[in-house]
Amino acid sequence: MTSVMIDTGNYIAAKAAVMACPDVVAAYPITPQTTLVEGIAKYLHTGEFKGEYICVESEHSAMAACIGASATGIRTFTGTSSHGLLLMHEMLHWAALARLPVIMCNINRVVGPGWNIWADENDSISQRDTGWIQFYCSSNQEIFDTVIQAFKLGEHEQVSLPVMISYNAFILSHTSMPVFVPEQKEVDDFLPKRKAKWKLEVENPITFGNIILPNEYEKVRKEMQDAQNNAKELIPTIAKDWKKRFNRFHGGLLEYYKCDDAEYVLLSMGAIGAESKVAIDNLQKNGYKVGLARVRVIRPFPTEEIIKLSKKADLIVIDRNISVGNEGVLFNEIKGALFGMSDAKVYGFIAGLGGKDVTFGDIEIMCKKAIKGKAKDHQIWYGLEEV
Amino acid sequence: MILLFIQNSYMQHFHSQNRECIVVTSRKLVEIVFHGRGGQGAVTAANLLVAAALSDGNKGVQAFPFFGAERRGAPVRAFARISEEEIHLRSEIYEPDIVIVLDESIMDIVDVLKGLKKNGKILINTRKKPKDFDFSNKFDVSTVDATGIALKHEILVGGIPVVNTPILGSIPRLLDRVTLKSIQKTVKEKWKGDLSQKNVKATQDAYDQVEVNI
Repeated sequence: MTSVMIDTGNYIAAKAAVMACPDVVAAYPITPQTTLVEGIAKYLHTGEFKGEYICVESEHSAMAACIGASATGIRTFTGTSSHGLLLMHEMLHWAALARLPVIMCNINRVVGPGWNIWADENDSISQRDTGWIQFYCSSNQEIFDTVIQAFKLGEHEQVSLPVMISYNAFILSHTSMPVFVPEQKEVDDFLPKRKAKWKLEVENPITFGNIILPNEYEKVRKEMQDAQNNAKELIPTIAKDWKKRFNRFHGGLLEYYKCDDAEYVLLSMGAIGAESKVAIDNLQKNGYKVGLARVRVIRPFPTEEIIKLSKKADLIVIDRNISVGNEGVLFNEIKGALFGMSDAKVYGFIAGLGGKDVTFGDIEIMCKKAIKGKAKDHQIWYGLEEV
Repeated sequence: MILLFIQNSYMQHFHSQNRECIVVTSRKLVEIVFHGRGGQGAVTAANLLVAAALSDGNKGVQAFPFFGAERRGAPVRAFARISEEEIHLRSEIYEPDIVIVLDESIMDIVDVLKGLKKNGKILINTRKKPKDFDFSNKFDVSTVDATGIALKHEILVGGIPVVNTPILGSIPRLLDRVTLKSIQKTVKEKWKGDLSQKNVKATQDAYDQVEVNI
């Protein structure tokens, strides 16, 4: 029996994490992730969380504790945001290279200075080369479902990689929405206990993370790449299995919304991805042939699906991030994916940095500029640059 | 007793930031802004309201605060959306159907009417009557002495009356999508024992005592 729970994104993430039965949670509080940790502490108090909570003195230690725990073959979870994620940077590489399926929520928040606690995706986008699988959610239900699916994915023997589930500061982390919550037994059936390929054991000593010579190291990187490619296949498969069990589906690598007969496809992520649906409804009502492909996963990058989209439509991209000195990362990587494979035009917009509100009206304007040919072929800072 | 129902059908609205966009809002979506002071529980009020709306069968509900440099006593806002369908909106509310003012004095420093839709409703915690407000010829104004009700039922934190729960009782008089029964059920789930009873009685008083300008 599914029950309905109404709560904020962070409390929903805490609920999902606890239902996945991690053996260890180690986290350090930071705005706006704080209530996620608070939620887990609450479940520890009520006895619903039966694992061990390790109090640490920093995010670097939180990730180090999860890595150590995960290396013993058990299930681990943590959460962070912005500067906390950046402090973990070294350990993020470590978790991925050690092929440890640590699962982490990251609440997308601006990087300072100037000091700002609002939504912006530069924190996790800047960690995209660490080897972590990266999801971006657009609703509390998607947070719940994705957190549990992430354990199944990361722990899969063909993947064995850490997974980051990102969602926007406040817009999701502190917004109450109703969420369908399955029974514990249903989650247990979907997500059995972790079976690690290797683990640190007192009775069976092995070395781990020892010196590795150049030729062998290169193979380690290649294997990570293969694992990411395996994840590309498994993400839609796991999502479909979830749909069969719970009748909920948020898409695979991408979520397609009204893309049939679209001459233009908008690609956006996170909360802007949800708001985009309202914009697409309005644009289609007014005769514009534009659909939406909400990007749920950027690592592995959905190259093949984006090439497929570009065969039928020109693409419009909104980035809530900027690789300063170049372009928004989604815009840049989409163009990279299409190089030599498609003649589709790609229009890029930067919007919503620093937590600036992006409304459906804003999204409609961006789409219309692109469709009416008023957008230049370089990326436009929406609201800051005249088009 | 005159029951007022929300009249947001077929309303065309212009987005406040981008007036070139004409948008037909779903007649099923109701957007509510709470104005209060830090510590008065505007965010809790929004959360309780949508929880009640959910149990009244509204499938899409959403409650969220505006996070700024808020602190005790400073003006704060909280937002609520209620719809029969899943809500995809993630932006702030710029053109509410209903405005709820928890602290009358805030109206001296905040333009609480900003963006309020034509035929929009405003509910104010005050001892005054709706006609005492000069904008009562333009908007549907409702008033309730939520502070007096909180004092009567001794709903106090640090000696200060807490109005967020009592005022929820008045909302079913403005909005048929939420029932007093569900609000009281939600209140009972939130608080236990004596405090729960006091709050339930307060919502009943706020339901009975609200005055509307029609």
